[in-house]
Amino acid sequence: MFKKYKQYQFLFEELVKRDFSIKYKRTILGIFWSVLSPLLTLLVMRLVFTQFFGRDTPYYTTYLFAGNLVFSYYKDATTNGMKALVGNKDIITKVKMPQYMFVFSTNVSSLINFLITLVVFFAFTLLDGIAPSFRYLALIYPTLCLLVLNIGVGLVLSALYVFFRDMQYLYNIFTLLLMYMSAIFYQVDKYAENIQRLFLLNPVYVCIKYFRVVVIDGTFPSLFYHLLMFGYAAIVMLIGFWIYRRNNQRFLYYM
Amino acid sequence: MSQHSIEVKNVRIGFMTGDFKDIGLKEFCMRKLTRSYQAKRFWAVDGVSFTLDSGDMLGIIGTNGAGKSTLLKAVSGIMRPLEGSIHINGRVAALLELASGFDSDLTVRENAYLRGAFLGYSREFMNQQCAKIIEFAELQEFEDRPFRQLSSGMKSRLAFSIASMVSPEVLILDEVLSVGDGAFRKRSEKKMLEIINGGATTILVSHSLDQIRNLCNKVLWLDHGKQVAFGQTQPLCDLYEQYLVTKKLPTAEELANALKPAEPLAQPETLAPSGKGE
Repeated sequence: MFKKYKQYQFLFEELVKRDFSIKYKRTILGIFWSVLSPLLTLLVMRLVFTQFFGRDTPYYTTYLFAGNLVFSYYKDATTNGMKALVGNKDIITKVKMPQYMFVFSTNVSSLINFLITLVVFFAFTLLDGIAPSFRYLALIYPTLCLLVLNIGVGLVLSALYVFFRDMQYLYNIFTLLLMYMSAIFYQVDKYAENIQRLFLLNPVYVCIKYFRVVVIDGTFPSLFYHLLMFGYAAIVMLIGFWIYRRNNQRFLYYM
Repeated sequence: MSQHSIEVKNVRIGFMTGDFKDIGLKEFCMRKLTRSYQAKRFWAVDGVSFTLDSGDMLGIIGTNGAGKSTLLKAVSGIMRPLEGSIHINGRVAALLELASGFDSDLTVRENAYLRGAFLGYSREFMNQQCAKIIEFAELQEFEDRPFRQLSSGMKSRLAFSIASMVSPEVLILDEVLSVGDGAFRKRSEKKMLEIINGGATTILVSHSLDQIRNLCNKVLWLDHGKQVAFGQTQPLCDLYEQYLVTKKLPTAEELANALKPAEPLAQPETLAPSGKGE
């Protein structure tokens, strides 16, 4: 197991390096662009929605930002993950190698992107008047779960994308709908108890909620939340690996 | 039996046409619902068998679309055949369609490392060999320039240099002997002969019959995925040249006659399945 890891470590590092250079060499603003784009979204949402939802939401800027931060990480990582196989078909059709490496490596660059935005997020919480705390360390847990979830979703989508090229558009619609169902700019309290529970079916919402509870409410989510997040991540990851195990050899026939 | 360096038995590789890759998920669901979903299998390689021993050099001939490149993908282990089996002893180095698969925004050196990683080299190995590779490709002055500034000949040169850095037991070449300009071509051929003379088993796809006549001791002739013949180089190349003019596949009898005198025990069973021609 360890030997296998060692063998592919070099490949993995080079892939991550490549993803990074591609991402940041091609834009003038470079790494700042990855922060700028969520900030712009935040700005627009803050301007537009404060009148409707912001009045009775404490720390509305932080509330919005937490939602955007987690959601855009999910969207970015899974969209890039989806294209990981097809985008590298020139290589995959010529060299024998584990194909999931491509999904792993794009997830690393998405994660780093997320971490940079996270730093900006903490700066904004200060501006919003929330005192920093060691409690924030608890955010490592949802971040890890989200990472695993994103890799899992990326595996599933990248496999589907090999077979169905219109996945791209369908998934775009899906993420748009998911965004509206993730309570990014509104509060779920207005709904009845039963409907509020339905939100927990959305792993991205669960993660956003975790961030808000820790940062805004200043407490820790219940054990149930922890288990739920772990469950989602594990299940999606297992499905992803199962699909890869079954179809590993079929991908090439469709590229 | 197990001592053969490469043993390919009844390999079939088929692609689906008209199935979900072409029509997309929405259309796929619609057709499934209306029961009008149909997919046909197209056999790119259909029942190919041959064995090679260490030191053999096989030339694969056939017109465009005969399934040569697909067969190479299967032999190099990238693609698993749908039917049949392939056994290979030793490490395989496959040089297929060289110039593609690089990233145009990375520098030459970065691309060299990336390709090395794809081929399964270690970082230490690349650290040691990188200068040598770039020198062999004659790209020293381009080392830190972006890859898109290179001409396609230069790209192939780099790809060849990286891929030929190891001494494999099995070498697979797809039209790569014609890489680069005159000077580089000579050196690449020399390098290749070094590997081959080191006892490697080689498979070569080439449209240059002269090259095949000069280098190969065995020839596999494919036509529309089917195996026309496997055997001695010179008689098969003669028949193939005839075929290129007349566009008529030789009959089983002609093939048997051509191959008999040179090799009395020339595995007659490999001729039988698909020698019928028209």
